[in-house]
Amino acid sequence: MLAKRVIPCLDIKNGRTVKGVNFESLRDAGDPVELAKIYSGEGADELVFLDITATHEKRKTLVALVERIAATINIPFTVGGGISTVEDVYALLQSGADKISLNSAAVRNPELISHIAEKFGSQCLVLAIDAKQTANWKVYLNGGRLETELDLFEWAKEAEQLGAGEILFTSMNHDGTKNGFANDALRQLSETVNIPVIASGGAGAMEHFYDTFTYGKADAALAASIFHFKEIGINDLKNYLQQKAITVRL
Amino acid sequence: MKLVIINYGAGNTQSVKFAFQRLGITPVLSYSKEEILSADKIIFPGVGHAKAAMDVLRKKGLDILIPQLKQPVLGICLGMQLMCKFSEEGNVDCLGIFNESVKLFEPKLKVPHIGWNKTDGNDDWYYFVHSYYVPQNEFTTMTCNYITQFSAAIQKENFSAVQFHPEKSGQAGEDFLKNFIEA
Repeated sequence: MLAKRVIPCLDIKNGRTVKGVNFESLRDAGDPVELAKIYSGEGADELVFLDITATHEKRKTLVALVERIAATINIPFTVGGGISTVEDVYALLQSGADKISLNSAAVRNPELISHIAEKFGSQCLVLAIDAKQTANWKVYLNGGRLETELDLFEWAKEAEQLGAGEILFTSMNHDGTKNGFANDALRQLSETVNIPVIASGGAGAMEHFYDTFTYGKADAALAASIFHFKEIGINDLKNYLQQKAITVRL
Repeated sequence: MKLVIINYGAGNTQSVKFAFQRLGITPVLSYSKEEILSADKIIFPGVGHAKAAMDVLRKKGLDILIPQLKQPVLGICLGMQLMCKFSEEGNVDCLGIFNESVKLFEPKLKVPHIGWNKTDGNDDWYYFVHSYYVPQNEFTTMTCNYITQFSAAIQKENFSAVQFHPEKSGQAGEDFLKNFIEA
C-alpha cells in the first residue's frame, strides 16, 4: 500500500537555511545539506527546499546547492521559490532536483504549467498554492502578500488539467498556529482533484498528522518549525502513525 | 568495472550518477556507441515523456543499439517502459525488448502513483513516480499493487528493469544498485 509521506521543508536564502534550527549535532546549522542528511537519516520521505532569495543572480548559488544535495541524499526532493521559466526548471532538474514547485508564476502564466509538464513530465511539477479563507478560499501570491480573485478549488482543478502532478496547499489561516492542518479544505481539495495533495500549515502535534491523513485525505504532510526545533522527531512521528494504522515507510 | 549510463537527456541521469558515486563507482555518461559497447554494465535511465524520449533515442541511433546489447542492462522507470514494444504515452513504438504495451493507470486512485510503496512479498520500500505501467507478464520478477497489480521489475536474458527509482529509494535502493553492480 502506498505510504503517507512526511515532508520537512527548509527555507533557503543565499544557499543557507533561514529559520533557526536546533540541532546540536550539526557542525554548521546553516548548511542545508547537513540538515538534509539528518532528516533523511531520521526517515523523512521527501524534502522540500524553498528558496527565498530575492535576486536573480543568486540563482546560481541555488543550482550549486541543489547539486550538492542530490549528491548527498538518496531520497527525493523538491525545489521551489521564484521559479518562473522553463529554463529555471531545466537547470534545477539537470542539477538533480526531482521536482520543482511553482507558485505565483503559474497564476500569472498558467501556460507555464503545461509547458513544463510537456517538456519534463507532470511527475516533476508540484503546484504550490497559498490560500486564505474569508467567505471562500482565495489564492494569494508573493508569499501571501497579494490577494487574487482566484478560488482555491477552481485553481487546483485548472492546474491539474494543465498538467500539475501534485498540489501543495498551504492554509494561511493555519500556518504558524500549530493548531492542526486545514482539514476541511484539504478533504474538499482531495475530492476535487485526482492528483496527490500535500498538506501544509498548522502542524503542531503528532495527532495533526493523523487527522490530515484520515479526515483531511492528504497524501503527504509538510512541516518546518516543529521538525527544525525538534518538537517532533520524524521517526517518532512515523512510529506513532503506524500504531494508529496509517501506512508509513518505517 | 566500467559502468555506462546512457545519456539521452533523461531527467534522472544526474541522480543515477550520484547514486553510483555514493557506492564508490564513477559511471561514464555517454550516448556514443563505442562507449556503450565497451561497458561492462549499462544503465538505461528515464524520467520524462515516452514519445519525446523515443524521438531522442532514434535521432542518436540508440533505438537500434540498445536491443542488441549483450551486457547486463538495467532500465529505470521510463527506461523500463521504453524497453517494451509500445507505450500509450504518446502512442509510440518503443524498443520491443519486452513484447508488452505500456498502459495508463485507470484513475481509480490518484494518478500519478507518487511515493513509497512495497513490492509484493517484499518488506523493502521503494520510491515510485509514474502514471503509466508495464502489465504483469511472463518476464515479471516483482509486482506492486496500485490500482492494478503491475510489473515493478522485469527480466529477460541480459535485460532487467525496474519501475521504481532505486537511486531515490534510500537504503533499499542503494542495496538494489549494489546488487546489480556485484551480480
